[in-house]
Amino acid sequence: MADASLSVVGAPLRHDSAHLHVAGQARYIDDEPETPDLLHLAFGTSTHARARIVAMDLDAVRAAPGVVAVYTAADVPGANDVSPVAGDDRLLADGEVVWLGQPLFLVAATSRRAARQAARLGRIDYDAQEPILTVEQARAAQSLIEPTQRMARGDAVAALAAAPHRLSGQLAMGGQDHFYLEGQIALARPLEDGQVHVLSSTQHPSEVQHLVAHMLGRSSADVTVEVRRMGGAFGGKESQAALYAAAAALVVHHTGRPAKFRADRDDDMVQTGKRHDFVVDYEVGFDAEGRIAGLCLRLASRCGATVDLSPAINDRAMFHADNAYFLGDVEIVSERLKTNMVSATAFRGFGGPQGMLAIERVMDAVAGHLGRDPLAVRVANLYGPGRDVTPYGMVVADNIAPDLIARLRSDARYDERQAAVARFNAESAILKKGLALTPVKFGISFTTTHLNQAGALLHVYADGSIQINHGGTEMGQGLYTKVAQVVAQAFGVGLDQVRITATRTDKVPNTSATAASSGADLNGMAALDAAETIRARLADFCARTFGCEIDAVVFAGGEVQAGGERMPWATLCRRAHMARISLSATGFYATPDLHYDRAAHQGQPFYYFAYGAALAEVVIDTLTGEHRVLAADILHDCGRSLNPAIDKGQIEGGFLQGQGWLTSEELVWDAAGRLLTHAPSTYKIPTANDRPDHLHVTLWDGANHRPTIHRSKAVGEPPFMLANAVFSALGAAIAATCPEAGWPMLDAPATPERILAALARQRDGVRA
Amino acid sequence: MSLHFVEFELNGCQIDGMVEARRTLLDFLRCDVGCTGPHAGCEHGVCGACTVLVEGQAVRSCLMLAVQANGKTVETVEGLSGGPKELHPIQQLFREEFALQCGFCTPGFLMTLVALDRSEPRPNAAEMREALSGHLCRCTGYQGVLRVIDRLTEDRK
Ligand code: FES
Ligand code: FES
Repeated sequence: MADASLSVVGAPLRHDSAHLHVAGQARYIDDEPETPDLLHLAFGTSTHARARIVAMDLDAVRAAPGVVAVYTAADVPGANDVSPVAGDDRLLADGEVVWLGQPLFLVAATSRRAARQAARLGRIDYDAQEPILTVEQARAAQSLIEPTQRMARGDAVAALAAAPHRLSGQLAMGGQDHFYLEGQIALARPLEDGQVHVLSSTQHPSEVQHLVAHMLGRSSADVTVEVRRMGGAFGGKESQAALYAAAAALVVHHTGRPAKFRADRDDDMVQTGKRHDFVVDYEVGFDAEGRIAGLCLRLASRCGATVDLSPAINDRAMFHADNAYFLGDVEIVSERLKTNMVSATAFRGFGGPQGMLAIERVMDAVAGHLGRDPLAVRVANLYGPGRDVTPYGMVVADNIAPDLIARLRSDARYDERQAAVARFNAESAILKKGLALTPVKFGISFTTTHLNQAGALLHVYADGSIQINHGGTEMGQGLYTKVAQVVAQAFGVGLDQVRITATRTDKVPNTSATAASSGADLNGMAALDAAETIRARLADFCARTFGCEIDAVVFAGGEVQAGGERMPWATLCRRAHMARISLSATGFYATPDLHYDRAAHQGQPFYYFAYGAALAEVVIDTLTGEHRVLAADILHDCGRSLNPAIDKGQIEGGFLQGQGWLTSEELVWDAAGRLLTHAPSTYKIPTANDRPDHLHVTLWDGANHRPTIHRSKAVGEPPFMLANAVFSALGAAIAATCPEAGWPMLDAPATPERILAALARQRDGVRA
Repeated sequence: MSLHFVEFELNGCQIDGMVEARRTLLDFLRCDVGCTGPHAGCEHGVCGACTVLVEGQAVRSCLMLAVQANGKTVETVEGLSGGPKELHPIQQLFREEFALQCGFCTPGFLMTLVALDRSEPRPNAAEMREALSGHLCRCTGYQGVLRVIDRLTEDRK
């Protein structure tokens, strides 16, 4: 016990709920006991992507068996808005529809089946208009969610003109459904005097609270939002959970009965936003080594029908279009296209993966053009002394990428294996292998500066047990465990002394979303702040009681030493309580040193960078276009890891999710704007069989140069982009069929169809 | 709508109820019986989160009707052990090997693994991995589950 408590932070401790999960006793919202008066909800939704609503005849809906009530926009007492920022997401359509599948009316019924069946019976008259769906249509109509943004340094056009080599090309990459295993869900209950309690599977309880209150025309103090855990989220429950929570709260408001909205999987996939798809056009000038002299990059994304979080997501794409490389004279233009589709939203990486994939394609294309090893080109372009300022004017002060890449290169035997792949390809006519090593440099902080704050509430009870609550939410990433480790360490007690309780807006107010990988950074520091407050009170009490210096009070091993005195932690807590010392405190943290001028796209939006690199080896079948990822070797930087086992889990899971985005997960819309891939039968996320046979993850050994919580680094999003190595390796395998043709034009996801098409183009000698 | 009487043995206890013919076993277990270990992930038979054992066979309870379970024995994750404090060896391995993050997929993986582990002849690691590719997990990357399989099949050697 004594030794264990000294090393709570940094130990590979199990997830706080693991014993409950394996026993089927970890409670999710849908597991809450249902009372007989519970109402179940479903939306009636639009069948047009863009139309004026002429009339809605809901008589058949109302008359359907089990239906208790049906609501439309007219029944919303306050603001008909469930949007995070711009005020443009309707809870229920009001006069017009802007995407296919948009909620029109809300059915409350005595069973879920009754609600869902009745929701199909609405008779809606539309005045349909031609929807804007494609990039071309949106560009032609100049349909944008905000003006096109530009981030630039120097004179990219002149640098291009002067460069010895030039190349241009295009890369399209698809979106991605979150496919959290637990779908969207909310359960609202009436409290006295018009107050509402909402259990919401949300990464952003405060936003749900504010939106529900606003929708009901009440104050935030009348609404409490609670979430103990989510069955996965990945960004898909940052802004998207509000729709269902608001619907449930609306029904509570009108009926006074509890109401649960659990979206069916198909409905969830149709009704909620996904990762943005992007089309990237590039023009690059470079020298004989492949070193970039000038770059013009145009990033265009389909943002869907409303603003949602698209400005910040597209900003983050621009911020990561450099990845780990110094780009010299550069111009990055970012178009945010408004289309009649469900609004695209946050998804792990938040635009970063798209920006990063763009520059990795540029690296590969340059290497293909020069006939050089892509890794040599990458290394030549890394940030380094005298080349250490990003396109947005931030100095890369913690550049470990060169060392990290060199280490992975030697540990994973890159050069040897590249030679082996070349030998294999020389002898194999049908199967071709590819190998690639790509880096990740990911900026940590919300780029909207004010979001970088967090609060915590800590109670020490007189029996020595500790309860910690903070604004972060648990979606499986292990945040609760990490924060509990921080608290246990602060008091020198074991993890079993610390009980972490559900995230609630009535305990910690005005919180930010658990997003941007910031959960442990922000909430860990806030919890530590609270713990240090109480520890200081206890140390002061000990010093006065036992006549020693405050500094001589030591909390370790489940005990407290004060001068010559030594007592169990619980004994001290009891004595402090008897002496009327407050054992409860709040904590707060705001990330320092952040500033950003968005108009100029210059400043210091990040506190630090998290790094990583991956080597991937793939094989493709040139007759069928199928592929396998044979091996992946990963070296990833978590600073001084708070919990290496949890961090490795994030890295493995993030990598495979990234692999899914780039290979098998394909979203297909028809010409009317209807999503066709709205179930796991048609939308393929990776299974255990898609995972590389050899997947080796190592943590980089090094502390964060910034004073973060125990010098750790954020780990939620960065590993997702390690999968870029898979995409580059697939390109290398295709290139191997006809190296003279340069780098192949392969779009993502690299489905068998796309790989076959790229192979055909490669044979025909079309250059990327 | 006519209701049917259904009774079966659930985790060693006899239970019964009146159900519509089309009520799935998953809904019956979760909503009528309050047995919430099997999870509703997709309700399409694809994700595996709802997996239970019927007569010892792993089945997707979202694809089976409650009336089809009449007179049979049904096991869910709750029946594997006496609770979080006395775990089944496979549950214990899952916990030790960090085979879960959000945990939503976990009961399904566990039930399929338990069925495989009980079957004769016992499958090898490759066969187990193949069987588990019918279960979706969005969080973990499956590494932990594969370590569980390795340890299960190692113990056997
Ligand atoms: S819920 Fe039954 S397989 Fe997904
Ligand atoms: S642990 Fe979240 S889906 Fe498997």
